[in-house]
Formats: sequence, C-alpha cells, structure tokens
Amino acid sequence: MTAPLLEIEDVVVEYPLRGFRQAPARVLHGISLDILPGETVGLVGESGSGKTTLGRAVLGLAPVTGGEIRFRGERISGIGTKARRALSRDIQVVFQDPYSSLNPAMTVADILTEPLVVAGASRADADRRVRDLLDEVHLPQDAGQRLPREFSGGQRQRIAIARALSRDPAVIVCDEPVSALDLSTQSRVLDLFIEIQERTGVAYLFITHDLSVVRHISHRVAVMHRGELVETGDAAQVTSDPRHSYTRTLLLAAPVPDPARQAARREERHRLAAARA
Amino acid sequence: MSLLSDGGPAAAAAPSSSVAPTAVPPRAGVARRFLRKPVAVASVAWLLLVAVLAAAAPLLTSASPTASSITNALAPFGGDSPLGTDGLGRDVLAQLLYGARTSLVGALIVVAVALVLGLPAGVLAGYYRGRFDAAASWVANLVMAQPAIIILLVVLAQFGRSTELAMLVFGVVIAPGVFRLVRASIIAVRGELYVDAARVAGLSDPRIMRRHVLPVVVAPTIIQMSQVLGIAIVLQAGLEFIGLGSANQASWGGMLNDAFAKIYAAPNLLLLPGLAIVVTVTACSLVGNGLRDVLGVGATPPVRRRSAVRAVGPVVEDGRPSSGTAPAPDDALLRVEGLRVAYPEPDGGEGEVVHGVSLTIRRGEVHGLVGESGSGKSQTAFAVLGLLPPQAHTSATTLTFDGGDLRGISRRGMNQLRGRRIGYIPQEPMSNLDPSFRIGSQLTEPMRHHLGLSKAEAKAKAIQLLDRVGIVDPARVFDSYPHQISGGMAQRVLIAGALSCDPDLLIADEPTTALDVTVQAEVLDLVRDLQAERDLGVLLVTHDFGVVADLCDTVTVMRAGEVVESAAAAQLFADPQHEYTRSLLAATLEGGPARAALTTPAGGTR
Repeated sequence: MTAPLLEIEDVVVEYPLRGFRQAPARVLHGISLDILPGETVGLVGESGSGKTTLGRAVLGLAPVTGGEIRFRGERISGIGTKARRALSRDIQVVFQDPYSSLNPAMTVADILTEPLVVAGASRADADRRVRDLLDEVHLPQDAGQRLPREFSGGQRQRIAIARALSRDPAVIVCDEPVSALDLSTQSRVLDLFIEIQERTGVAYLFITHDLSVVRHISHRVAVMHRGELVETGDAAQVTSDPRHSYTRTLLLAAPVPDPARQAARREERHRLAAARA
Repeated sequence: MSLLSDGGPAAAAAPSSSVAPTAVPPRAGVARRFLRKPVAVASVAWLLLVAVLAAAAPLLTSASPTASSITNALAPFGGDSPLGTDGLGRDVLAQLLYGARTSLVGALIVVAVALVLGLPAGVLAGYYRGRFDAAASWVANLVMAQPAIIILLVVLAQFGRSTELAMLVFGVVIAPGVFRLVRASIIAVRGELYVDAARVAGLSDPRIMRRHVLPVVVAPTIIQMSQVLGIAIVLQAGLEFIGLGSANQASWGGMLNDAFAKIYAAPNLLLLPGLAIVVTVTACSLVGNGLRDVLGVGATPPVRRRSAVRAVGPVVEDGRPSSGTAPAPDDALLRVEGLRVAYPEPDGGEGEVVHGVSLTIRRGEVHGLVGESGSGKSQTAFAVLGLLPPQAHTSATTLTFDGGDLRGISRRGMNQLRGRRIGYIPQEPMSNLDPSFRIGSQLTEPMRHHLGLSKAEAKAKAIQLLDRVGIVDPARVFDSYPHQISGGMAQRVLIAGALSCDPDLLIADEPTTALDVTVQAEVLDLVRDLQAERDLGVLLVTHDFGVVADLCDTVTVMRAGEVVESAAAAQLFADPQHEYTRSLLAATLEGGPARAALTTPAGGTR
C-alpha cells in the first residue's frame, strides 16, 4: 500500500464574523480525504459547498481552525510563513480564472521564471526551463516574450499550468481550471492535464462543479455538500452509480446532449424529487 | 492538428499555421506613446523650461528680486530691467525667475510630504488590512474632515509667515488623499488571483509587493501627484497674494499682490505672474491627463464582461440581399434574414461580427442558438432586441416580429415591443437587478408602464407571478432587495419580470450559465412549463448542448458570425450534417468513459 501524499484529516475552516463575540462562520465541517502520489482526486460540489475553501486550505490560503493537513506525513496546516514558502516547491495551484490569475503587466517568461528565480535559480537556467515548460504545455517558443492578454482563455490556462509545473511539484490544486473555457478547448486542456500527469507523476486535487469533467480526469471522486463530504469513491462508481442521494440529484440535474436520453433523465429526476417530497 | 488550437474547432478548420496566438502589435513603450501626445509633450516641455529657468536664475539676471529702489518704480520694458520694475522698483524678470523657484520648491515640498506620509501607510494598510488599516484610515478620515485653509491660517499665525511651512502643512493635509488612493488600489490588486498564485509560488511578502502590488499603485499615484503639483502652486500663490508667504522671498503670488496694489497705475504688471501661474498649473493638469491616457488608468474596462447595453432603437437598415434563403413559413413569429452586425474599427473601417444570419421562430417553438464564445450568438440576439451598443451597425434583408417590420422602427416603437411583447432573460441575474430598488418596484414598473395597471393591481399580479415561478414566499421576496435573495431566486424573479406583460416571444441569453446544475435544472423546468402554458416562442442562446437537448425544438449552430447548420433538435443530435457541429458534439465529455482507478502510480514518484 502506497503511503498517501496528502492527508486531509478532519479539517475545519472557520472565518471570524464581524461583531463582538459573534460565533465564526464554519465553512468546512471536518473533512477527511487522502491523495496518493500520481493520483487525481476530483472534488465536486455546487457553489458554497466549500470545495474551493478546501483547496485554499491545502494551499495555506484559508485558515485551518481544526484538524490537520499532512504532506508526506508532515503537518502543513497552521505552519509559519517561512515553512509554508518552502512548500511552494511541492504544492502548486492552477486557478479557475485565466484572466486574473496571470499578472497582466508581466511577460509570460517573467511569469514562468518568477517561482524559479525565487527558488534561487540562475537567469540562464530559468530561461532554459521556460523553453521546456512552454514545450510541455504545447505553446510556441516565442510565447515567452508576449503578455497574457495576447492569448486566448485556453492558452492562458496553459501558461498557468506551466507556471504550476515550473518546479516539478508533487501535487497541484486545480480550482475549476476548465470552467471558464469553451467546450472543445476544455477537453484539450483536460487531456493536457492527463498527459502531464502520466509523464511526471504529479497528483491533482481537481476541484470542479462538473461531473462529466471530474469523471474524465479523476481516479477517485469526492462529493461535497454544505461543507461536508457526502460520498467518496472510484470515478466510475460515483459518476454513474452514486450511492448518496445528493450525488444522484447532482448527476440527474446535469443535462445530457441527447434529447431522448435527456427526457428520460428529466423524468427520473422528477420521480426522485416526487419520491422525496 | 496542433494542440495549440484552443480557438476550438473554429480554428481547427483553418490551416494550423494560423492557429498560433493571434498576432498583437508589440507593446509600445509608455514613453513612446507619451511622446505621441503633442499637448502632453508641450506641457512637460513648459514645466522643464520653468525648472531650468528657476535653477539658472542667478545666471540669467544680475538683478536681485527683492532689492527695491523707489526712484526706479514702475520702469518700462527695456534698459536695465528687460521686463521693467514693479511698484517698489524691483526687477520683474528677476522676480519671475526667483518666483518660479519658490513655486516649484513649494510644490515639491507638498508632493514629497504627501508621498512620504501617504504612500507607505497606504501600502501597509491595503496589503495587511487589520488594525493598522483601521487606525490609519481613522486618522486619514480625521485629517480629511479638517478645513485645510483654516489649519494653514492657524499654523501661519502661530509660527509666522513662511511659504515652506505652509507647504509642509498642506502636504500633511493632502496626504490622506494619497493614502486612500494607494490603499484602494492595493486592496483591489490584493484580491487578484495572481497575487494568491505568487504566494503559492513561495514569494515573500516584500517581493510580492515589489513585483505584483506596487506597480499597480505607480500609475494612479503619479497622475495624482501631477494634479497635486498644480493645486499646490495655486494654493501657494493664493497665500502669498494675501500676504502670508515668506517675507523676503520673490514669488508669483507676491508679485500679484504688488500688481493688485498698482492696478490703476500699471495694470500690465498683473499679466506676467498671472500667465506664469495659469500656464504652469494648466501644464501640470495636462501632463496628468496625458499620463492617464498613456498608462491606461480608468480606461476601458476589461473586455471579458459585457458592458451594460444601452437601450436604443435598432438602427437596422436594408441589408444586402442574401441569395438562396428559403422563404420562411407564414406563421413565423420572428423572422430574421441576412442579419449583419458590424462595429467601427480604429483604422476607420468596419469589422463585421455577424455575417448574414437567418433564423425563424414560430409561435410555441423553442429555438436554440448555439455556439462557442465569439460565435456571434449573443450579438444576434441583442440585434433582434435592439440592445446593441450605439456604435454597432446593424442591417438585415428581413427582420420581422409578428408580421411587423423591425427595421428602422423608432425607439418608441421598439420600447413598445420590448418588455411588452418580447421578454428578455439575461445571463447574470444579479447584475440585471438594480441593487438600490426593491424587487417589487422593479417588477411592477414595467407593468404599470406597459399595461397601465394601478399600483395595487400591479402588485397583485407581481406576487401571483412570483408564486408562479416557484418562489416560496412571494410577498417577502416582493419586499426584498436583490442582495437579500440567492442567484437562483434572482433568475426566477427575472423570468417573472420577462413574463409580466404576457409577451409572445422570450429571448433568453445563457439564462442558466451562472447557476448551479441543480438550480439550472429547476429553471429549465420552469421555462419549459411556462412556454407550454403560454405557447411562447423562445430564442434560447446557449453554449451547452445539454440545455439544448433539454429544451429546444429547433437548433441553429453558429460559428464565427455565420450559421453553419439549422435543423430540428432531434435530427441535429441524431445526424449532424456539418463538420463543425459534429466536432462540437464530439467534444462533450458526457457519456465518455470514466478514468480507471489508479493502480500503479504513474511516473517516478512513489
């Protein structure tokens, strides 16, 4: 049995509310989830389910007020900023919005070399690495001299992926990385994620609201609802034969591109809703 | 095919060489763009000239600006004093030159003090927020609330006349303005994902600030400072004019004071100091404007968000006849043929984004208009609604609604149709409700306007509609403000609004894209039920073939401003004719195989 790469154990995230002695808002109610090396765990849920907050907790961007997160057995929640910075080599991120996640004033090469230069790489090494990275995400070599605004959404997301890959991380938190993209672009970017994973063995915590995306890319799927994990299992099982009623609701709510099957699905959803009422 | 073609199948059809990132003109340097602005360049040149003359004053004139000689008062131009002397026999040229010194030094003191106090405090408060922010903002607000001129007068009364002291105090008074501008810019950039990404990349706070945060502050601060420079010169001249400047120092304001005393004897003495002040202050202001244009602060918002569309009548003209369009059936509710939409381009020409689109919607038909971003589907819908921005140029060979020609219809005539007979459901429910009015008043206003209902009747009908669209407590929602309800509820409210005047045609622009899937399913159910109940024609703009399959009777697929295929929904899904439709349908992940469970870890790390 492989030791998990990332262990999320009973994690609680609370945000203080305004006002004296006001109880804090609890966004995550004790989430436990493991990620193995080289594995994609899909995290599905609707807006407000806490899926993004869990990703931010792993990244150290959300306050973990209970439980802990371990990386290779070492606690990484609630550690100091210096220790956190050291983790940047291993834990990386690709955000949803390819428009605001790249600094509009920096060239692509500057965006890609920044993490390397911070880590102490020489300028020449960093430049060489940029060429490799652009190659890895299938962008042309001259992309480095351009600004983010010169690229389409899908290409920007490739730049964001290249930045995440720059220091060979062990795990990348992907927060809705394809949600803002057109359908055909979406499938190409997803295939890039898979290709990179097969080559480098990086693990993904893949956050999305779309069950078909998660089914395509994940080995295992975890479903979140109102700050709690309602179901975890293999991708095929969760996305085609869900056990939990909420997952079933989610699955039946997503329309399928086939009028006959969609009509059947709608019937089933209405039946399920009627049965519950 | 290259993997680069994120342009989608649209790009796939093109040769792969054209698929690389669209060529965009290289970044023109800020300096170079600035140099292309003659007014700004002239202003900078003037300021530089003033600075050089002020610095070189001792070289340019041997006269002392303060030495008075009563015997030589009000001397004319020429002779020992090229610009004459003032009422006390002081050399005007020397006074102007040394006065420029006083003005510039004073203005720079203001800028320096304001920056030293405001900039670091603003950066720290904006970046770290918390207690420092609270305290600093409190102090800034307190200072801003004080009347500047009274503070200046009190300080000068206490410590004696001194231009430098006055400028120092003015710098302190104006510092909160800098603080607030910097703080606001930093808070805005602090929320950007790229700052989070930089933190995850392991950058230290000072480095994030230097690389990602401070550059954002530079442009607005420079612009603000150029304005402050002008204000400081005016204020300083004012203080000197009323005799509160340093006693033994030449100044433009002091010159005005003297000239004012001799206004009948020598009115032209007002001219030179007055001009010096006006031109210099104007130059400061124009430099600020030039910088704002060049640095792009406050310029056009990001293109991503659709800017608010203004309601104007459609400026539709007869289009070029398009060949080969089949005559539409007579029961058509909406008939569009050869619709073209073009926008003026910077080079003076026009860029066409919709190239002759035709579609027909019958009463009771749900027509899906599908395409990827940039396909022109929303432009088509907005053109029908007459909601394109005023600069859009629309033309069509046919554009009829229920038999009436929409081409060249007056704004008034279009307003009679919109809302009354053509309902509209927007994509983003929240941004389409005015946050400052209650839901109820936003719902009843169109009904009172279009249907002439009384307030009570309109309220009764609105509550009935809210109940119909599945809102549990309609009376409460009627009295709520938009921020008090969820996104799904807001969309129901907008659907209620679109139906309020019993329209015949509903135009829905991505009505469920901003919603969660479970809410989307409910909203689609609602639209289907209402459509059947009222025999509505619906034009549904969407990118989602699932939504199309759920709702639509007929489908039109668009790509790059053109219709590629139009067919009954069942036929389109079963047997797509066009290559592009096939590639779009093939790109859907739904129904594909699930990824197998991880057996052996891929790659090396185990």
